[in-house]
Amino acid sequence: MEYQIRLAGSGGQGLILAAIILAEAAIQAGYNVVQTQSYGPEARGGASRADVIISKGEIDYPKVTNPNLLLVMSQQAYDKFSCLACLDGTIVVDSTFVDNICAAHCQVVSVPITKAVLDHLGENQMANVAALGVLAARQTILKPEFVREAIRYRVPSHKLDINLAAFDLGIGLDK
Amino acid sequence: MKEQQYQVLINKGWCKGCGICTGLCPTKNLYLDEKGKVHSQNPPTCIGCQLCSANCPDYAITVTKKGEKPGQSQHLSVQVSGKQELPQEQTQPSFPAKPVPKTRLLQGNEACAEGAIAAGVRFFAGYPITPSTEIAEKLAGLLPKVGGKFIQMEDEIAGIAAVLGASLTGVKAITATSGPGFSLMQENIGFAAMAEVPCVIVNVQRFGPSTGMPTSAGQGDVMQARWGTHGDHPVVVLTPASVEETYHLTVKAVEISEQLRVPVILLMDEVIGHLREKVSLPDLDLAVERNRDTERPRLTLSKELYLPYRPDPNGVPPMASFGQGMRFHVTGLAHDETGFPTNDSQVAGALVTRLNRKIADRCDRLAMAEEYMLDDARLVVVTYGGMARAARKAVKLARAEGLPVGMLRLITLWPFPEKYLHRLNQGVKRVLVPEMNLGQIKLEVERISKGRWQVLGLPKVDGELFTPDELLTRIKEEVAACLGK
Repeated sequence: MEYQIRLAGSGGQGLILAAIILAEAAIQAGYNVVQTQSYGPEARGGASRADVIISKGEIDYPKVTNPNLLLVMSQQAYDKFSCLACLDGTIVVDSTFVDNICAAHCQVVSVPITKAVLDHLGENQMANVAALGVLAARQTILKPEFVREAIRYRVPSHKLDINLAAFDLGIGLDK
Repeated sequence: MKEQQYQVLINKGWCKGCGICTGLCPTKNLYLDEKGKVHSQNPPTCIGCQLCSANCPDYAITVTKKGEKPGQSQHLSVQVSGKQELPQEQTQPSFPAKPVPKTRLLQGNEACAEGAIAAGVRFFAGYPITPSTEIAEKLAGLLPKVGGKFIQMEDEIAGIAAVLGASLTGVKAITATSGPGFSLMQENIGFAAMAEVPCVIVNVQRFGPSTGMPTSAGQGDVMQARWGTHGDHPVVVLTPASVEETYHLTVKAVEISEQLRVPVILLMDEVIGHLREKVSLPDLDLAVERNRDTERPRLTLSKELYLPYRPDPNGVPPMASFGQGMRFHVTGLAHDETGFPTNDSQVAGALVTRLNRKIADRCDRLAMAEEYMLDDARLVVVTYGGMARAARKAVKLARAEGLPVGMLRLITLWPFPEKYLHRLNQGVKRVLVPEMNLGQIKLEVERISKGRWQVLGLPKVDGELFTPDELLTRIKEEVAACLGK
């Protein structure tokens, strides 16, 4: 079975890096993984999304069709993708950006991720990694240790400590 | 007066009497005779300045120390041996201390760059363009570490021109671009085909025409890759469908290019170029040792016997490197075995025929495709590149429902791998060709079919892949038609 994760929001929020970190974590956990993205030509702003598919077997089609786990970090992303989530899936909403949560067919978790990162760490750059913390606490495929290891591998060393702090903050936010 | 020490050796057959040497000679040692051929005074007044030999456009003059034959003196003429030693600041490959894991997450574009390094490519020139930028980015980091050169040029025309120049000096060279840049490169791709300059051009296709949608996928450059430059020219086009295959096909592209002296186009698409997946690839420095096939064949002819465009028995001329000391002229004009232009229709006809036969005679060897579930198939999906990922999933889903569907995934696009279509089983009724263009490969499949199967195009030109479900729906309809239900 394939486990599909989609991270959607605006360009510049770091969702593609977050997806790469998840993919690295999946490899360390011994899974097959593919990671794709869709974004506009802009350097920041505009719709952006990143997909990760994790499986024990071969993965043919690389795009997410029905995410088991959907993170949305903009209202536009929520409106566009919330209907795709699996019936037994989870939608994690960053309530900093999403006000209007219409009734969904699956579980919706609303957390003010970006606001919390800004309040606790003084800058909001690490919202993507904090979101990974929220996601890590919401699924059983990837243990948080693997994600933490992947953050060490993919995040620049001078930003490592603050990113690890953001990840732990994210895990705590969900409780 | 000091005893003269130098002598001037003149190849009168090569001298055309241009008078450059006689004009430059500071001691008036050289003069033209009544037939317009250069001569040296007797006894020679040569002081060994070599202005004449350095400036002779036809390499007709050699200056040596008295009593020496050409090729004996080290500083006056280059000793040619089998091994090509290049004046390069070649350092041992040194990679970061962090060990590169064998199983890792890699992007298609990054795999292309690593494949190039593994194949021994040591030169990149180009202009970054989405969705191929990561190839340039990665090579900018890797090439200096292995003694190579990376140059960002002012545009794609200059990019491929620099690649051809580098290749002529004996370095394996690559460039990477996307549709708009690929269009700019066409003239020099034709030059590479005519002058037989080995090079690899990576085109990560995006949605077109024109600048289209930079971050969206397309497969609209299939025919351009074959026929983009004018004249009947040889070209090989390979297309990968996974990150790991991108690595191996890059190596293969270099190999074909170096062995046959043809431009090879690695035709990727945005789906594969930007796809990250788990790969298991060899460590970079070890891979260099394994890929000896990518080495340019060594030159064994002496300077006197060498003709740059005299083909070996395989139809491929052995290649000297510029600066090696060989008389080597390169032009895009029709040329004879010396490399100099000719208007002789027989020579020109033989040249174009030989150039194209380099590929035509090797079609079967160059043809690569993956056959999947074809034995009992009634419907065959012919696919390639990124679209093959959706097609394989759809075929799997169809097989799970017991439908007789197979997939033929083309890896070589040009020369078109006909043999795989010729050997489809007799029961095949229909062939479905989903592609991210309006039917470019469908035309080729139709050409091969000669009415044996009904060929159905399935175009998609919105920058997205088909979903497996969309393909499955169409597969079900066609299978029902094949089985006469």
